Amino acid sequence: MRLTELFERGEFVVTAEVGPPKGINIDHLIDEVNTYLKDRVTAVNVTDNQSSVMRLGSLATCKAFKDEGIPPIFQVTCRDRNRIALQSDILSAAMLGIDNLLLLTGDHTTLGDHPQSKPVFDLDSVSLIHAVKQLESGVDLAGNELVGEPPKFAKGAVVSPCSDSVDVQLAKMEAKVKAGADYFQTQAVYEPEKFIEFMEKAKQFGVPVMLGVVIPKSVGMVKFMNANVAGIHVPDHLIEELKKDKEKTKAGITGVEITARIIKECKDYCDGLHIMALGWESKVPDILTLAGL
Amino acid sequence: MLITQLKSKDAIASLAQGKTFVINCHGCKEVYFPEYQADELQKELAAEKDITEIMTRDYICNPDHLQLQLEKYMDKVKDADTVLVCSCGVGVQTVAKYLEEKRVFSGCDTYPLPGFQGVTPQELDCAQCGECYLNYTGGVCPITACSKSLVNGQCGGSKNGKCEVDKDMECGWERIYRKLEKLNKLDTLKHPTKVRDYKKPFDFSTKDGE
Ligand code: SF4
Ligand code: SF4
Repeated sequence: MRLTELFERGEFVVTAEVGPPKGINIDHLIDEVNTYLKDRVTAVNVTDNQSSVMRLGSLATCKAFKDEGIPPIFQVTCRDRNRIALQSDILSAAMLGIDNLLLLTGDHTTLGDHPQSKPVFDLDSVSLIHAVKQLESGVDLAGNELVGEPPKFAKGAVVSPCSDSVDVQLAKMEAKVKAGADYFQTQAVYEPEKFIEFMEKAKQFGVPVMLGVVIPKSVGMVKFMNANVAGIHVPDHLIEELKKDKEKTKAGITGVEITARIIKECKDYCDGLHIMALGWESKVPDILTLAGL
Repeated sequence: MLITQLKSKDAIASLAQGKTFVINCHGCKEVYFPEYQADELQKELAAEKDITEIMTRDYICNPDHLQLQLEKYMDKVKDADTVLVCSCGVGVQTVAKYLEEKRVFSGCDTYPLPGFQGVTPQELDCAQCGECYLNYTGGVCPITACSKSLVNGQCGGSKNGKCEVDKDMECGWERIYRKLEKLNKLDTLKHPTKVRDYKKPFDFSTKDGE
């Protein structure tokens, strides 16, 4: 089931992100997804060597999920593959019946665990979306015809609504829409006012936007994100809230409460929700319940 | 426009095995070559290793010129086990091609020397990418000013206007956007999707004697 069809029906789509392990055994991951996510989210979004750290492939993991009856979203970044490999992997996904994509530029290789590697970036997120659109029209990026029926995808993209230069991000969003993006998921939001303001401006593009949330796990984590992660700003009052009750914060209760509150404040302004639990998948059901979803 | 830099003494010593013939190219005007350091290092090496001859010439990347220069040394070259070339990568390849049977090693690393055009150092970079995008970007080069050489806009990694790869570097796309904004040309960003073309417009391969 393509996410686009759900958006068209007016459904509030909920997805969660998971990262494949650094190894070949995914039993644990499948257990977690079955236990905490399967019946609560529409689809599970599988990262592609997230933060440039080498892991099991997103496509193989997506296939394993699909076999378990868990609808997957295949994340594809431009960092590690040239346009031939990218198109080939995307066709492979279609052949396996995986028709939800999230198309990204990707973090630079220097930020990951193989800083010596050659960053590819043959395409960027915009030209990758364009390439997938070409495939859907029955030709590849070079204009050669595909044999048989062309694939059809829900083509997702990302945007940072709380970026310190949101105008630059909106310009990029527009370029992605022009290239053929069908839906967006956002970088983590901690400032609902900023998100709502952003949605006012993003409305003009007429594509569904899913609110992105990252569960704040600890004071250390949010301080790290504030210093290092682009497009994320955790305001002081939330840091105070995390500091206040150490036990509650340690148990994840404060993080769950904050996340649910943000979702509640934003959900009327967007079309779906994307939860990045970063290992705290077990908290996802509580968050959804508390947010009334 | 490039720069040649000597490899470390240890690295070079490990290359100079057996009788070694050294060729230095003191370069062409587009190249920086560390002549004095090479001189010093080779003197040191000669004290420890069997360096049969050190030849210093220019333009060894020109095959005919190289042949002419090497002519009177050919006995010594033939006698050597190893030929160590201190020059840019093109020079080393030219020597290796000419001395087909020899173990030819490079004593240097070659880096592009950005910002040089003609003989005047400039503060700006051109990666000679083949399809100039400056007309879309307010004259700020997206290939060299952006760490990922993106041509369709900013990635999600910029923070406080700085690049995700290097916090001391301004995000190139932030610069491009601000420049276009200042020029009142933000409309330029609404051009159709650009896909980079890496196909070489010219055939640079040498056709000598083939
Ligand atoms: S876009 Fe940049 S690298 Fe390419 S030709 Fe123009 S100045 Fe040079
Ligand atoms: S942060 Fe800016 S300069 Fe750095 S890779 Fe992203 S767009 Fe390019």
